[in-house]
Amino acid sequence: MREVTIVGIGQIPVSEYWTRSLRHMAHDALMAAWQDSGVEEVDTLYVGNALADELSDQKQLGALVADFIGQRGIAAARVEAGDASGALALHQAYLAVASGMYDTALVVGVEQMSAALPVEVISATARFLDQEYEATMGATLNSIFALMMRRYMYEYKVPRDAFFAFPSTAHQNAVNNPNAMFRKAIKESTYKRIAMISEPLNMFDVAPICDGAAAVMLCATDKLPVLRHDGPPPVRIAASTVATDAVAVHDRQDPLFLEAAFISSQLAYRQATLNQTDIQLFELHDSSSIMAALSLEACGLAPRGEGARAAAEGLIALDGPAPISTMGGLKARGNPAGATGIYQVVEIAQQLREETGANHISGAQAGLAQSIGGTGATAVTHILTQL
Amino acid sequence: MHIAQNWRLKAQRYRLVGEVCEHCGAKIFPPRDICPNCSHSAKESFEFSGRGEVYSFSALSETAEKFQRFRPYTMALVKLEEGPLVTAQLTDVEPDKVKIGMPVEMVTRRLMEEGNEGIILYGYKFRPMLDKVA
Repeated sequence: MREVTIVGIGQIPVSEYWTRSLRHMAHDALMAAWQDSGVEEVDTLYVGNALADELSDQKQLGALVADFIGQRGIAAARVEAGDASGALALHQAYLAVASGMYDTALVVGVEQMSAALPVEVISATARFLDQEYEATMGATLNSIFALMMRRYMYEYKVPRDAFFAFPSTAHQNAVNNPNAMFRKAIKESTYKRIAMISEPLNMFDVAPICDGAAAVMLCATDKLPVLRHDGPPPVRIAASTVATDAVAVHDRQDPLFLEAAFISSQLAYRQATLNQTDIQLFELHDSSSIMAALSLEACGLAPRGEGARAAAEGLIALDGPAPISTMGGLKARGNPAGATGIYQVVEIAQQLREETGANHISGAQAGLAQSIGGTGATAVTHILTQL
Repeated sequence: MHIAQNWRLKAQRYRLVGEVCEHCGAKIFPPRDICPNCSHSAKESFEFSGRGEVYSFSALSETAEKFQRFRPYTMALVKLEEGPLVTAQLTDVEPDKVKIGMPVEMVTRRLMEEGNEGIILYGYKFRPMLDKVA
């Protein structure tokens, strides 16, 4: 296996795109990453997307996007794992380059959700659940988060307001991110009175429906001198790991522990030969406040049952010991499902390249991005370091 | 889901038929053919009593398309007395009366309707256990 680096990054602001379709959004992010990379040729393309079938009536996104960026003929594939699709696409591209089969690979995560009615999006994302035993019983993605959150509050005696730290930090950090959807801080008084979506989960506990695309260009490290003559500092992919769990929360060993997130983060620390303390920032899957708390615990950043309380005490702040959502996270940058995993990786690369302005984590040499499908069935972890 | 997909699950939806592991005795629902406890093959049918308690619950107003006309309703994780957790709706109870640990029992109810021409799906929900209600 060869070492792989990220040589180019690109993203479009997370927003509602009424005049641009999937192929246009993918194009814009890919061309930005390609231009940034200083690499001329691309050998293969991976597209991470979760919802094109349901919301855009489109399959074969690999070929569609390859053609649209003027690369008709190259090998291309679409990868799906709920809202971990983008990160899983990156893992597949990483394997393709590490194996020696390809020297360069483009990866894009792209999602368009805002053109559909909210009820259509809720129906489509309910497919991230176990259809036969969760969704058919009337469960939605948010309702399963709510079931986990209520049990968490009961079992660990955590007050609801402790969860405010997650949306609060995310919104605060998004203020300085021109690519974020919500660039406005939120008040605790608003959090306490905002409408419930699925008790005890309120509107500020969940990431928004939105559109977006983000992309990276990968290159085999040993080919850098031949294939690349200029460009920004390359970022090393020190670990790329995947783990799985039961799709249905009721089938898990412990419904309040994200086993897949735990396994993939442990594998990633081992592959990178780094401890949590060697890593200065963490982009975790804060698709809801409870998922953020459980992710902190799964990655070893807080003891079980302490994730929300630790966050409320400053663990996750930009100047805290384990900063998360440094550019707004899923909550405030936005969670364009299949694109999200690539946004996370692009933001870590920006941090390591010192392109994050006021949100720069000083001394950032290594960052971890973890993307989770649905309620925890697929977990993909990447650790990036300066080359 | 298509008609055949639902029809295949009628024993689970109407009678909570799962499995019992011949090796370690674990009771399994939903049936999955390989025991999650000991990883041995588990194919012997086992019909659950339908009794259990509320493990967690949530009253929701945002639902998928097929469940729109049944809003609002309460989702729950129910811990069956034989061990497994199931995801199901609660019925015959106001959301503000539900508590974690409340004893519940399975009943067969209408789950959803797929428009005017689609199927009407029946299956399990859970209500407060009648002999425990004052």
